[in-house]
Amino acid sequence: MPHSLGSAFDWQNGCVEMRHGSGGRASAQLIEELFIPAFNNAWLGQGNDGTVLPPPAPGHRLVMTTDAHVVSPLFFPGGDIGCLAVHGTVNDVVMMGAQPLWLSAGFILEEGLLLNELRDIVHSMSQAARSAGVAIVCGDTKVVERGKGDGLYIAMTGVGQLAESTSAPAGDRAQPGDAILISGTLGDHGIAILTQREGLQFDTPIQSDTAALNGLVAELQTAGIDLHVLRDPTRGGLATTLNEIARQSGVGILLDEASIPIQPAVAAACEFMGLDPLYIANEGKMVVICAPEHAATALRIMQSHPLGKQAAIIGRVIDDRHRFIQLQTRMGGQRLVDWLNGDPLPRIC
Amino acid sequence: MKYIDEFRDPELARRLLTRIDGEVEAGRSYRLMEFCGGHTHALARYGLPGLLPQAIKMIHGPGCPVCVLPTGRIDQAIQMALQYPITLCCYGDCMRVPASKGMTLLKAKAQGADIRMVYSPLDALQLARMHPERAVVFLAIGFETTTPPTASAILQAESERLANFSVLCHHVLTIPAMQAILDQPQNVQLDGLVGPAHVSTITGSAIYQPVAQRYGKPIVIAGFEPLDLLQAIWMLVRQINRGMAEVENEFTRAVLPEGNRKAQSLVAQVFETRADFEWRGLGLLPASGLRLRAAYAAFDAEQRYPDIAYCAQPDQKGCECAAILRGEKMPQQCKLFGKACTPEHPLGACMVSAEGACAASYAYDRFTLAES
Repeated sequence: MPHSLGSAFDWQNGCVEMRHGSGGRASAQLIEELFIPAFNNAWLGQGNDGTVLPPPAPGHRLVMTTDAHVVSPLFFPGGDIGCLAVHGTVNDVVMMGAQPLWLSAGFILEEGLLLNELRDIVHSMSQAARSAGVAIVCGDTKVVERGKGDGLYIAMTGVGQLAESTSAPAGDRAQPGDAILISGTLGDHGIAILTQREGLQFDTPIQSDTAALNGLVAELQTAGIDLHVLRDPTRGGLATTLNEIARQSGVGILLDEASIPIQPAVAAACEFMGLDPLYIANEGKMVVICAPEHAATALRIMQSHPLGKQAAIIGRVIDDRHRFIQLQTRMGGQRLVDWLNGDPLPRIC
Repeated sequence: MKYIDEFRDPELARRLLTRIDGEVEAGRSYRLMEFCGGHTHALARYGLPGLLPQAIKMIHGPGCPVCVLPTGRIDQAIQMALQYPITLCCYGDCMRVPASKGMTLLKAKAQGADIRMVYSPLDALQLARMHPERAVVFLAIGFETTTPPTASAILQAESERLANFSVLCHHVLTIPAMQAILDQPQNVQLDGLVGPAHVSTITGSAIYQPVAQRYGKPIVIAGFEPLDLLQAIWMLVRQINRGMAEVENEFTRAVLPEGNRKAQSLVAQVFETRADFEWRGLGLLPASGLRLRAAYAAFDAEQRYPDIAYCAQPDQKGCECAAILRGEKMPQQCKLFGKACTPEHPLGACMVSAEGACAASYAYDRFTLAES
């Protein structure tokens, strides 16, 4: 590392100041003292305006995705905005059937953010990237005045490689007869966040499920399963994800309520707040749609992976020109599972 | 979930359905109104109408607190929040209720009004405590269920001398609405009513006795779980077959004949009945709404901001919310339903709250409409 650019930061009690984003000494010092050592890779260390990357492996195409991360509070049970940003971006690449390689990170910091919080978040990103096997190869930092941000926003771009030979999963590949699987319990992230927000502080053991899914998907691919559709049901939950897929593929979906895994604590919190777990965000779950003859193998592989222990087959794709998602209720009745409308708002009574 | 799953047991549901089937008399129809929006929502959410015998028709009632609030009341809240430097607190499902000129509380918030969603009036009270320099107004809506917490917040504010807290009170009463429906048998023919769940925990079950007697209709108070509803429907069919018009209580685990006396006395201490109150769908009903008693005038937002008065507004043209709230029409009989009016762009209040008849039909029941 070059010699120090300015007086040492007070990492314990100091705050982000406007000068940290001014492009001057303090900006350079922040990059050199925090980002470069934390993300620790040769590309980032080049110190140029851009990063020169090698071409993908022979016979591969590039996949690129971008994701902006805004969450309040910045730290929540099971994670923080840093690992959430990495997981979310990695998962978007992975849901394309691709292997994630590189990430970029754009930070918008609010004046007054504690430097130790920033440091913890950056370290959490670094750890998340390392365990997902990706490198954060370029980045940018800006500071906005106090009151003009929510502590910290992170915008990330992800690049991955996709083998040309595989038929990549896509939202329009669901076919009538296909099985629908979910990799685990629904609503954990959204409820973990909601219970932390101001005004809703009741104790629950619910942790965010934030996780990178590349390992789980790689195992399914290695087993040779033709993954027709892969998608992570983040904002809007499972209901919204399935509606998107039904529209893209021009099919309907029939779900079996009794087989959808939901943690009792999440179900109870939803009951209490008048929310439906099918509409609550997840950050470490995926929907898998594959041919029915592959469903049992896919389920077995998922259940033997740490991130898929509670995986389940939850329904099937059907022919329906209305592209409805229907739910067979536990009661034996049938109802529609519609798109999420606006934000999920708790009911009055 | 313990104490919840027991009331959603599929096997018990199947047995109740068999029992209902056995009770239904051939050639006879049963028109039952579920008064509460909570029941409307539960029926749709568990897919119950499709499981009931065809002879039983469930008609949605006016018991959705958001839906019965007339446009002018939301206008009043929006105007208050935009004109005065106040923090307006409201329940989540008020946020999207259509007001005049395409406005909603959410849009007013986007335009700079300080509007916050709260879960309880006590959250609003907490905001008032934390920001003594700022006036905090709680938009109080709802039937008897939500009235005691508002009363309790006002009493708490008084004891803490929180001068910056006030309430815009639009609390309404169940019995006048029930009577308004039953007074117009030419419009809605009913054979019986599923009585409110949470409301009855406060009011008790005895309060419905005069209604059942006067109109000769059985009323069965039911909880919000699917087994509660099925059991109540069976009890209603049985009474109808026997020509009875009694108040029965299916929801005995929460409802007493006399109700919650403590809550009732809190409400009586703080509120008095308004001469009349305008309801969406039901019009001006005498003695159907509450306002703060003179002793608590200091906490009454209508008195604190007297220049922002309530003005009655016509409903959206073509919107059938009024007829739907009276039980005269089903949501799909409205020309706007599912076309101009959807949960994403609601034109009428019944499309806003999850408890609204239109929102429930749209969200849960559309596939049956598509098939028919």
